[in-house]
This record gives sequence, C-alpha cells and structure tokens, in this order.
Amino acid sequence: MATTNPNTTTVEIDRSRDLSQPLEKLAPEERMKFESDYLAGSITTDLIDEITLAVDENNNKLMKFHGIYQQDDRDIRDERRQQKLEPFFTFMLRGRLPGGVCTPEQWLKMDELGRTYGNEQFRLTTRQTFQFHYLNRNALRQVMLGLRDVGLDGKAACGDVARTVMSGVHPGLSKLHKQVFEQAQRTSDHVIHKTSAYEEIWFGEKPAEPRGASEEPFYGKQYMPRKFKIGFAVPPSNDIDIYSQDLGFVAVASRGKLKGFNVVIGGGMGRADRAPETYPRLGDVIGYVDVDQLEPVLDAVMGVQRDFGDRVTRAHARFKYTIDDKGLDVIKAEIERRLGFALAPAKKFTFDSNGDQLGWTTGDDGLEHCTVFIESGRIINKGDRRLLDGLKAVAETGTCVFRLTPNQSVILSDIAPADRPQVEALLAEHGIDSEPKKGLSALRLNSMACVAMPTCGLAMAEAERYLPVLITKIEGLLETHGLMDDPITIRMTGCPNGCARPYIAEIALTGRAPGKYNLYLGAGFHGERLNKMVRENVGEDVILEVLDETLGAYAKDRNAGERFGDFVVRAGFVAEVKEGRHFND
Amino acid sequence: MPPFPFVPRGGPDARHHGRCGASICQNPIRLPALAPPPLGAARRTTAREARALTTLPPSAPTLTPDQLEPLGRLAGSLDRDQAIWLSGYFAGLAGTGTASPATVGTPADGAATNGATADGALVAPPAPAGPAARQLTVLFGTDTGNAKELAGELQTAAKGVGIEATVADLSSYKPRALKDEQDVLVVMATHGEGDPPPNAVGFFEFLAGRKAPKLDGVRFSVLALGDSTYEHYCSAGRIVDERFAELGAERIADRVDCDVDYEDDAAAWIADVVGRLTPEAASATPAGAAAPSAGATATASSTAHSKKHPFAAPVLENVALTGRGSTKETRHVELSLEDSGLTFEPGDALGVVPENDPALVDTLLERLSLSPDTEVTTKQGPAPLREALTRTFEITAATPRFLEQWAELSGSSELQALKDGDAKARTAFFYEHHVLDFVDRFPVAGIEAGQFVKGLRPLQPRLYSIASSLAAAPDEAHLTVSTVQYDLHESGRTGVASGHLARLLHEDATVPVYVQSNEHFRLPAEDDVPIIMVGAGTGVAPYRAFMQEREARGAQGRSWLVFGERNFRTDFLYQVEWQQLLKDGTLTKLDPVFSRDSVPGAASAPKTYVQHRLREKGAEVWDWLQDGARIYVCGDANAMAPDVHTALAEIAVEHGGLDREAAHEHLNELQRDHRYLLDVY
Repeated sequence: MATTNPNTTTVEIDRSRDLSQPLEKLAPEERMKFESDYLAGSITTDLIDEITLAVDENNNKLMKFHGIYQQDDRDIRDERRQQKLEPFFTFMLRGRLPGGVCTPEQWLKMDELGRTYGNEQFRLTTRQTFQFHYLNRNALRQVMLGLRDVGLDGKAACGDVARTVMSGVHPGLSKLHKQVFEQAQRTSDHVIHKTSAYEEIWFGEKPAEPRGASEEPFYGKQYMPRKFKIGFAVPPSNDIDIYSQDLGFVAVASRGKLKGFNVVIGGGMGRADRAPETYPRLGDVIGYVDVDQLEPVLDAVMGVQRDFGDRVTRAHARFKYTIDDKGLDVIKAEIERRLGFALAPAKKFTFDSNGDQLGWTTGDDGLEHCTVFIESGRIINKGDRRLLDGLKAVAETGTCVFRLTPNQSVILSDIAPADRPQVEALLAEHGIDSEPKKGLSALRLNSMACVAMPTCGLAMAEAERYLPVLITKIEGLLETHGLMDDPITIRMTGCPNGCARPYIAEIALTGRAPGKYNLYLGAGFHGERLNKMVRENVGEDVILEVLDETLGAYAKDRNAGERFGDFVVRAGFVAEVKEGRHFND
Repeated sequence: MPPFPFVPRGGPDARHHGRCGASICQNPIRLPALAPPPLGAARRTTAREARALTTLPPSAPTLTPDQLEPLGRLAGSLDRDQAIWLSGYFAGLAGTGTASPATVGTPADGAATNGATADGALVAPPAPAGPAARQLTVLFGTDTGNAKELAGELQTAAKGVGIEATVADLSSYKPRALKDEQDVLVVMATHGEGDPPPNAVGFFEFLAGRKAPKLDGVRFSVLALGDSTYEHYCSAGRIVDERFAELGAERIADRVDCDVDYEDDAAAWIADVVGRLTPEAASATPAGAAAPSAGATATASSTAHSKKHPFAAPVLENVALTGRGSTKETRHVELSLEDSGLTFEPGDALGVVPENDPALVDTLLERLSLSPDTEVTTKQGPAPLREALTRTFEITAATPRFLEQWAELSGSSELQALKDGDAKARTAFFYEHHVLDFVDRFPVAGIEAGQFVKGLRPLQPRLYSIASSLAAAPDEAHLTVSTVQYDLHESGRTGVASGHLARLLHEDATVPVYVQSNEHFRLPAEDDVPIIMVGAGTGVAPYRAFMQEREARGAQGRSWLVFGERNFRTDFLYQVEWQQLLKDGTLTKLDPVFSRDSVPGAASAPKTYVQHRLREKGAEVWDWLQDGARIYVCGDANAMAPDVHTALAEIAVEHGGLDREAAHEHLNELQRDHRYLLDVY
C-alpha cells in the first residue's frame, strides 16, 4: 500500500483529535499500539505464563490484531470466583478468508482444528469467515500453524485494521462472482497489515532485523483509529449489507464482465445504549471507479480515515463519525484530492434482498450450487443433524468449493452436475437438508444471531442460544396471520455493538440484560434503511405482543409485494430513519 | 545416592488413597493412633480398666483384702492423668521401701483430692537417700504431636516420682549422644508405609548405619504408635526397639504397640516403665520438689478446648475449590473459632472429630438386621446403636481385632486363615474389605448389637493442616479438604472425615475441633529468611497460612511456592489468591506443575511433578538454599516426599558440587537445623 502525506491537504479539517496529536492527548490504546513494537507486545511471554491461562490486558488487545479474542465461560464465571479459580479463559480465533471462499482442503483443516482444539465445532461468521471458540491458550500456536498449512491466517480478524474483506456470493451469477471474489482477495492482501510480529509470535520466526518503519508502510505504528470493514456486493443481492461497511464496492458489470464499482463509504453498525452520540449509519454512495483504480481508492479512503479519524474517543472513532463530523463533501473532496482525480458519477444499481437463496441453484456457468442453511453459523454435530461430519464428508469428495455466506450459511458451489447426486446423498445421510425444510418459516431462514453468551465478554443477554427459541414462538404468530412463507429479516445480538448487523433488519433485538432486549422495527428488506427502536429493555412477553400487533396489521393491510419493514413505516408503527445520526431521535 | 531413608518405593495408587481415606484422613497429617491392644499383646491394666473392676486383677496378689478394697474404689474414681500420676507415686513408694509419704502442695481441683491423705494434703513421692540417680532421656518421633504429648506425660509421671527426665525431639537430638545415655524411653510414631516420622528420619539413618554405637549399659523401652490397618503397623517403633537391643541396650520393659486409640495402652506403658525406673532413680530427687502437675493438667483440659473437649466450630463456608470437570473434589472449609479460646500458629493442624456417613450407618443396620435403638456400651456410656455407630465407632476400615472377631463369629475358614496368616496378606485384604464388606461377604446370622460393636475400634479425630492465619482471619480456621470418594465392590465409599465435612452444608452446621500444634512445621521467626514451599494437592494448605501470616507481618523475606496437582483448569487450588500474592509481592515465585494436562493433538509428554520442576530450577533452588532459605515439603508421604528428597540431593550434587554421600549428609544437616521441614502424610 502506498504512503500518502496528509500534511499537504488543502481542505481545512479539524486535526485536534487525530493522528497528528501527541500520544498524551489520545486514547491509551494509541500509546499501547505505538509502544507495541508493531503488535508484538509481550504476547510471546504471556503465552507461556504458568500462573494463568489468560493474557494481560495489553496483550489481549494486541492479540485481536492477530485474530484472537480472549473470552471466558460466563456461565460459570461466578461459580469459579467462589472456587477461588480464575475465570475459565478460552480464546476465540477468527480466520481471514476473503470473500468467504474456501477450498475443500481448507475446509478439512478447519474441521480438524475445530474437532481437535475447538470443542468439536467451529462457527461461520457474519463476515464470511470461520472462527474457533473454546481454544485453550496453549493451543493457539497449533491452530495458527494449522491455518498456515492451508494458506490461511488470523490476521485482521479483529483489531484496528482493515478486516477480512467480504464479497457477495450470488450463486446464480457464478462468472461475475469469480471476478468480484478475485478483487476481494486482492483487496484483502493489499490492506492487510504486514508486521513480522505475527510470524515471530505464532511460528517462532525471528525477524532478520529489529522492526522499523518499513514494517508497516501504510499503517505506521498506530494503525487505524478503529476497525475498518470493506465489502463487495454483487447486485441484485445485497447479502453483504453494503451499507454497513466502512468502505463498500458495488460491482458494475457489462455482459457478465466486471467493469468497476460504485463506491460506498461510511457505514457501520456499532452503537452504545444510552449514548445518543453513538448510532448506526448506512453508507453513502460517492461515485464510481473502474476496476484498475481499486488500489488507489483503497489507499485514499483508508488514508483519510487513518489520518483524520478520532483517536481520542474510541466510541467515536469509526469512519462513519469522521464523515459526519467533517462532512461527507469534505471527506469526498479529500479522497479525490488524494486520488488526484474526481470520482465518476455512480452507476445505477438495484438490490432485492440481503438474504441467501437457499437450496440448489444452477449457475450461469452450468455448475450446481447448494446453499445450506446453518442456524447461527454453528458447524456442529447436534442430534440427527450432523453438520460437522456431513460437511466434512462432502469436503472429502473434493467435488465442490465452499462459499461462506454473509448470513452464516454455506454454499457448496461449483459442483459438476454429475457430482450433485453424491453430494445430495451425503447431505441426506447426515441429516442436512439441501432444500429448506418444510415447516421452517421464511423468517427463520432470514434470521441471524451473534454468539453472545457464554463466550462473548460483551454480551448482556443471550443471542445465538435464544433466537431459535424465540423464533419458534414468533412462528406461532406467523401461523396465525398466515405469514409463514413471507421472508422477513430478524436479527439478534447480545449487545448493541452490532456483530449480526441488527440495525438493518426488519425485526431486530439487541440485548440489554438477561432476558431483556431493545426491539427495533422498520429496516429495509435489503438493508437500504435503518430500523428504529420501538420498545426499550423489554422481555419476551412485550416483544411477542408488539410483533403480534404489527404482523397482524401487516397481514391484513399490506400492499401487494410490500415488505414488513416498509409496511411498519408506512403504517406509522415507527418513524422512518433517514440518516444514522437521527437513529436515536 | 542413598534413597530417601526408610521409605519403601512403589508409590501409592488410587486404591491406596481410597483406602487411606477410609481409615484415616488424607490430609494432612497421618494419625498415629488408637485401638484395641494388638493381638497377642500382654494384657495391661489401665486406669480405665481399673475403674471397671470391683476387685483388682490377680496380678496384685500381695495385697490384703483390706488394702484391695480402698484401692479398688480409688482406682474406679481416677481419670487417666490421675492414674498416671499415682503410678509414679506408688512407684516412688516402692523405690524407697517406705510407706510414709511426704506432703506437698495443695490439690488443684477436687478430683485430685481422691489421692489426698486424710489431712487433705496431697501425697508426693518420698526422697530417700541412695545411689546417684540414673539419667533419664525421653526421645520422641512424632508427626501429629501425639508422641510428643505422650513424651510430656511421661516426663510428668517421672517427675512425680522424683525423676527429672530430659525430653528431646529427635529432630534436634544428637544421636551420637546415645552411647552416653543411661535410661532411654522412646515414644515413636510410625509414618506412611512403616516409615519413621519426619522428625526422626536422621535418627533412623544413624541407628541403621555403621556409626551406630554400642549401647551397653543403656536401658530402654519403646512405646510404638501406629495404625493397625496398615501393613507395617508400628514398624518404626519396632525398628528402634530391635536395633537398641541389637546394639546391646537392655530392655526395661517390653515394647508396647498402640493403635489409633492409644491413650489407655500408652498410659499403662508409662506407669509400667516409670515404676521400673524408680528403685534407683527416686533417690536423687529431693522431697517436695516434684509437685505433680497431672491435676493441673486435668483442670486446664476441663476448661480449655482440647482433643478431649473439642469445640463445636460453626461452619462459615464450605465450597468446592475444584472446578467442574475435575477428577477430584477438594473443598475449602472455613470454621469459626470465636469464643473457643483456641489459637494456633501457621503450620498447626486442626483435629476434626467426624461422624460416620448416615447412609453407611443405615446400610449396616439393615444388613445386620439390627435395631437402631438397641442400647450398646461405649466408652462414654450406654448409647443407642445408631448413635454409637454414627459417633463412637469406626465403621469403615476393618482392623485385625475386627478380623479376629469376625472370623470367630462367621466361622469362615478364609478369615481364620487370614487371621493367622501374614500381615501383608491381611493388609491387602483390608484394602478390599471394609467392615461393610465383611458383613456382606461373611454374614453372621442373628448377631447382637453388643457383639458387633465389640469388634470395632473407637472413631478417631482426623488432622488437617490449617490453611489460614489468625493474623489474616481472626477467630477462623480454614481447611483444605480432599473429599475421598471411590468405588469398592461396586458401591461408592467416602472418607470418614472428608465425607463428613463435605456434608456440612446446612446453615447451622458445626463440627467438633481442637488444635494440634505442629512444632516441626513453622515459619522462620525471622521475617527476612527466604522460604521454599513444596506442596502437592492439599499439601498447599499450610502455605496459604504461611503467606497470610507473612503478608500480615509485612515480612520481607522471599518466598517460592512449588505446587503440584493434576489439572490446571480445575485443580489449581487457591489460584486467584496466589495470583494476588504474586502481584503484591508477598509471594516471590510460583511454579505450578500439573501432571495430567496435555495439549490436544500434541504427543503425550511424560507426567511432570513438583520434583521435576525443582530439578529444572535446581540452580535457583541451590542459590536460595545458600542464601539461607528454608525448604518446606507438604503432602504425599509415599511418592512425593521421597522424590523431592531425591531431587534435592541431586541438586546438591549438580549445583553444589557435593558428592552423593555429602549431598545426602547435607540434607540431613538441613533437617537437623530445621531448614528442611516435612509435613507429609
């Protein structure tokens, strides 16, 4: 990535809270990064500390840059405190998997690592990658080595860097998907941080010389102010929720050939409860660029955020706030200044959904693709539904490529028609439905939940463990109102941070306390409009009561083809949120 | 390198631990202790037996009926201490050949007046002129303090007849002085699998070695303490007894072996030996100089809480320290000592008077078809059977006496053969057969309650190292208790005391306790002395007390804990406390070692234990020792302690440049200097 010099800017921009300020004036994390020797910290020492299976606070933060979160089993936190034992610390390790595309060999390695170190399971994430939970600190190096064996790593899964890059998976448009995926991969390799600390810590490879400025030509010692998310959408599917990305590229093709991208900036989900200065924001389309200008655009957009992003208040450090603080025009002008040219006007595009097309599809390349619904992304053997074993068996045939979807499902893709029966048979043998099972509501198939309890340290309420239970109850209402087959998006997170992108779901619940959630309604079906909170901090009874009323009205009064999110806005159940900064109004 | 002295190799297995727990506590300090007179032992009259007699035993043939009658009445009214004192008194009379006692002092309490003359003054031994007194030395080898206590009683009894005895702890006794002794009485506990107690290890080495001197002219007797459920019952005492004789010493009285209910047998031995010493010894003591203290002792024990008068301590907290998924359960029990008057120092133990598992009591009653209300005789008087089986008798481990009785009652030839067979086979059989298993496998139809309890020995208290310091937790004593649980013949068995403690979960729970001091396991008086603490499992308990104490004192000395357990996740006892102590600097170094941890997917590594870690850090261990550090070892006596000993010797060779012999001698020296301290069980 090329270096840019922010000091030559011609636009008058307030620099009082950014990288130009001395460390003393910035958030402590800035010093921590600065002094970390390019993310090395003392992680190596902590990994062999015999007194604890945790790492210290700084190293915990630094390890996020390497894809690792320290967690503990919250179900037994209290019990262990009484036992005078430290919390049951484990680690979550998230891989980098641009575009969610995974070879059978890589899938088998994930399977092996999950079985061996991750409590016989692994999880597909809302950013199309995989993560292992329940890792013992002593197993982290083994997992890292395992990933390396198949060309994967844990870089940038977390931390103040550009995260794993998403790419729409549209199985029906296979030819275009391939071209876009390549750009996503190229992007990921371009924006990834380069520090040799990764190889030193995880593989014991001593760098030839002390780390210096050449270590991170783009990021420098302080990296980004916060995480930075990049994604590529392939219309008409908005499966990656382009408006939730810090930087989004909407593929523009002509006769099946990728030409360029509409550029979307400033999306982001995270907010905090009772902190109205924080809010989700949808990205703005700022123009169009050709494919060959992808890298300069990455450098320019990320460079603006790197240089101007707020490094004093971390809750205000995402790109969305930089844009709202400085003004979209100012930011766009600065991007264009750095690019040295003006962006072309955006091309027209339309989205129809942000969900997955489940079941078998034949691509425009004549190959077969099967999208398997995986509740909450959890790859595990559970009762008769042996996802772990079944997908392993499919991978072993070597007949397909795996594509992880942004809705935590998996597409068994690029299957030659002749191989389809074999794959179908293996799925059936392991209790995995290749077509959506009858009796499952379309709402369930458009559901998403974050991990939350018991492993996530941020969760205030259940999500993954509870949403399926709640949906069963909602299905009772859907039956009553005859809505079982109407796709409605529903998402649940254990905290307001938004890992499952709740603020662009037609129905959303974010955790406040055990059993208590904020309820939001009214987002656009394909992620084009934010929802709005209709009830704060309420339990299941109230949730079901509100849904009963609104779903009942929807069934009765909707226009032809009208989506639930659109209906509740039109019918006046919620006010329309036109801009993120008005989300809390 | 000589092996750890007198400790047989082979190590305990799970079964052993289970077995051990059934009869004795697993933590910390093995009890020497009580029981019926060993088989074949000569019948000895004890104070308690005397009380039950209307006529004196036939071994007193020279008394006239007029003499016998008041003596019988007197004997019946005596408590043990009085009986011991009087034994000395009569021995003193015998020594001078006169029947006109001198008068000393005033009795301390009413009970003591039983021994007073008509004018109300207590009689004391006479002070005749005679040949120069022989010197009396009382040596004790103790672990739990019982032998030490008995040595004190012996000293008192001797004093009662005008003999000033020197009492010496074997850890500080210079064995070369043996040859200059005249009369030596040895009270010797047996430890682990027939080993000498930790304070006597050096003494045993000396005795066994070529340096052991001729003991011609030395007179001696040995009181051996042990536990009859162990194969090597009282073997440490036996070794001393045999070796003294081999070296030419003359037995004053035959050795007496005592089981866990040692009190009566020990009292009889004391009376016996003191009596035998008196003819020559009494002459040296001026009349009136030896005020008996037995009465005073009795007074103190009736007001203060002690083994005989335990304090019902309320249970303040009772939680598992081991996390879910652990292969074991270790509990943390906090007891209140408020208003008990009990105090202790770090290193001391708490005696816990347990009750048997009510479920086991019910099972026995059912299998024996006995009514719970049948009255039976116990030492404390008549009691309903259920009550007696719950509180009075040991109903888990079987003993040789029980075997003997059951062989007779059941008529089983297998039991007969065992009874007459060798001890090893018996011990092996006891491993597999608790009282319940005898009852099940060799049914005795129509047994009566009285018959059944006759074969049982009294339920004994169990000792646990105290895991807290009064400086940190005033009026409290914390225990670290491993709940002994295992299966035998497809039925679950529980350790008596650990099981009892684990059941004390209700709000008003109390448990009778007393303090057992442990002089051999103390923090250095000087706060700047570095200490190395090596402990496995519940052996970490006293170190928690040490650290609390040092923290409260603001001690500056360095400290290093080497702790061993099975699994990091679940068994890192007091983990967060150690983390905190490290953080604030009270604890300087912590080396936890887990034998059963493995990284999934990695090749299984050999198990590592504390001794491996000590060896790994040998240079540092040696440096600390050179800086004057004390090293403490607490926990398993069978495998860990000898392995640690070997490791320390190897460290002395490798890092101290000593040859094997010198390394070993160095360790003995450390032990003698109280710089290498053991509390193992």
